[in-house]
Amino acid sequence: MNFDTSEEQDLLQDTLRQFAAQECPPNRVRALFDGDEALDLDIWQKLIELGMGGIAVPDEYGGAGLELLDLALAAEVLGETAVPCPFLGHSLAGLAIQLCGSELQRKTWLPKLASGEVLGSVAFAESASEDGAGGWQPEDWTLAAGDRLTGTKAFVPVGTRSDLIVVGTAGAGLALVEVGAPGLELTDAGGIDRTRHLANLSLRNTPCEPLAKSGPPVGRLRDAALVLLAADAFGGASKCVSMSVEYAKTREQFGVTIGHFQALKHQLANMATEVEPSRALYWYAAHAYDHIQEESERAAALAKSHITSQYMQVARDSVEAHGGIGFTWECDVQIYFKRAMFDRAFFGAPAVHRERIAQMSGW
Amino acid sequence: MDLSYSEQYEAYRAEVASFLAANWPPQGAEQEVSQVEQASRFRAKAIEAGYLARAIPKRYGGSEQDADVLKAQIIREEFARAHAPGEVAGIGPGMLVPTLLERGEEWQKEKFVGPTIRGEIVWCQGYSEPGSGSDLASLQTKAELVGDEWVINGQKIWTSGAHRADYMFILCRTEPDQPKHAGISYLLLDMKRPGIEVRPLKQMNGAADFNEVFFDDVRTPADWIVGRRGEGWLVSRTTLKHERNMIGNASRTGMLLGGLVNLARRTTRNGKRGIEDADVRQRLVELEGYIRAHEYSSYRLLTKAAKQQDAGLIQMMNKLNGTNIGHRAAQIGIDLLGDQSLVAPNPQRTVGPIEGTAWVNQFMWSLGTSLAGGTSNIQRNVIGERGLGLPRDEAAQRSK
Ligand SMILES: Cc1cc2nc3c(=O)[nH]c(=O)nc-3n(C[C@H](O)[C@H](O)[C@H](O)COP(=O)(O)OP(=O)(O)OC[C@H]3O[C@@H](n4cnc5c(N)ncnc54)[C@H](O)[C@@H]3O)c2cc1C
Repeated sequence: MNFDTSEEQDLLQDTLRQFAAQECPPNRVRALFDGDEALDLDIWQKLIELGMGGIAVPDEYGGAGLELLDLALAAEVLGETAVPCPFLGHSLAGLAIQLCGSELQRKTWLPKLASGEVLGSVAFAESASEDGAGGWQPEDWTLAAGDRLTGTKAFVPVGTRSDLIVVGTAGAGLALVEVGAPGLELTDAGGIDRTRHLANLSLRNTPCEPLAKSGPPVGRLRDAALVLLAADAFGGASKCVSMSVEYAKTREQFGVTIGHFQALKHQLANMATEVEPSRALYWYAAHAYDHIQEESERAAALAKSHITSQYMQVARDSVEAHGGIGFTWECDVQIYFKRAMFDRAFFGAPAVHRERIAQMSGW
Repeated sequence: MDLSYSEQYEAYRAEVASFLAANWPPQGAEQEVSQVEQASRFRAKAIEAGYLARAIPKRYGGSEQDADVLKAQIIREEFARAHAPGEVAGIGPGMLVPTLLERGEEWQKEKFVGPTIRGEIVWCQGYSEPGSGSDLASLQTKAELVGDEWVINGQKIWTSGAHRADYMFILCRTEPDQPKHAGISYLLLDMKRPGIEVRPLKQMNGAADFNEVFFDDVRTPADWIVGRRGEGWLVSRTTLKHERNMIGNASRTGMLLGGLVNLARRTTRNGKRGIEDADVRQRLVELEGYIRAHEYSSYRLLTKAAKQQDAGLIQMMNKLNGTNIGHRAAQIGIDLLGDQSLVAPNPQRTVGPIEGTAWVNQFMWSLGTSLAGGTSNIQRNVIGERGLGLPRDEAAQRSK
């Protein structure tokens, strides 16, 4: 019985935190947020050198052969530091090929993803919908499968700079398309989170390579995606709490630091109390994915729905805790606010997953 | 990360399970005696086998086992599975005994520990006063040493179970000239002493579990003091450390969800069964998010305790988290009940899953738990100040 991270895992997180502090401190994050580039190659290359391209890729394909928990711990730190990078889409592309690809497909693509030679991403959503269902879920994909694809997909992370995109197709299937293939077009979707640009994908009779397996392994891919989003959200939400606490210790009003005021102290204590228990919730979801498969689907959906809604709330609270500065573009809080909006809506809003859980419970 | 127990612990679990299979529920002639007697005979065997009263030396009636939070957790799990009686509940075993073991005189331990853990004597906690709640250290009930006895005068309030208790552990002001924290002593008192008047206080839910207690020249022997004169505040704080033993106690919050799901299956909403209502489904799952986060955090606490590491922030949040969950659950319960919530409930607290109109009672009780043992605001002060490192409250500092 040991529900704690290992020394190696702590080291992984520390390394990433150091990397962020040196290579991508808040002023760099802000500059990238303001720029138009969907990808900063320098930062991504360095993350690849740290092994971020293939944490969970099995070693025989050039990865580190670790578990989803390790990937999620990395996602937490990237969420906390808001380093603009294609980690989410790239990791999910790798997981998709690992879970659903044939041996040949794995051999062809995984080493290239792990080494960063190829930048991967995923295309799941089919349209922007009002209820947040939006064709995100594998059951809802309608894009006709085959050797060629025709149709559109929305919200492909860092799509405009990706090389290889895993596309969800009807019947909970997946297919690989290479950027540059005939009929393929990627346009910037004007995503709200400028640390993770989104693209729309349009395919017209575009040649593709269907992945070998569909159905349940694609469900596993969804679970992994939900865990990574939950981990990112936990990192970001914790950061919102710590930024607000730090601000309360330095900003003075009425001759004292504002942390002296109990109303604010209690708001901060409530924010921390919302967030901190969720560390265990996402750990558990990641651990269940790796080792308790019968609980994995439910735990992933619970972590995603719970933590991303908390992140959103705590980001709102952080704006308030910062006063006028919190409402500005200049303040880092707005960056986390928008990352929260991403984590909340990407792959289905909290309500969508709560309803899934209700169904899984047989209610 | 590994949620399974090692072979050695699984073997221990098997041992516990076979002990339970042989001893609970009682068989044959054992069934003839009263339930209370059945439980107490069972506990005696469980202590003998080393499964209960583990932290308590044999000479005081315990089983004196090495501290091992994982074994303790296994015992809790297996006993719960078998519905077997665990440690005697209440503040005597939970608060007084650990305090005595750490701070008490030899004779005090000999006299009180055994009977308390066996449930033969019952204690109440005399801390709060009409003028001293959150600011407990301002308490005014005074005790003066006259000859070889303390003479106590004053009033306590909200004293749970005082009407049933044999003894009280009580904080009194014995050094009126000292600053407030340094003027308090921790005394023990026989509730049958003359001059004590216990008046029940009827709670909002109709039950009367707590009381006012008045003291008019009440005498207790001079050596019925735990720690030295003026050390009472410190002594009362030692008990807090033992809260750690209460970890893993997310089981009660887990039970809330099951109760609500049952209720939602049986009640109707918008012409459908509650459980089919989209809004109810959302709220139940939202609650489950909080419950699981709390439950899995208790695994974290358990792991940290096993490694003898400080769990930090999460530990300080345990109470606030639990009571917040209680509020959320009660709110859903009352909504599901609809018009049935117009009917006054049976005020007795339920032990197992909460059923039907017992949710009305829970709707009120959940407020009691957020007050007793330090209000939620006081928890927020602790989280903010000790957990997040925010400045201490000026007013509270000034009133030293
Ligand atoms: C069901 C129940 C059982 C109890 N059992 C016992 C018992 O067995 N023995 C015993 O001694 N006591 C017992 N108590 C008493 C309990 O410990 C006190 O009620 C509690 O400590 C609060 O004190 P108070 O009632 O005087 O409220 P107050 O301290 O007057 O608080 C009133 C309000 O002011 C807020 N407040 C006070 N100080 C601060 C501050 N510094 N910052 C922010 N907000 C503040 C509180 O949070 C609360 O909302 C019990 C209470 C209940 C409800």
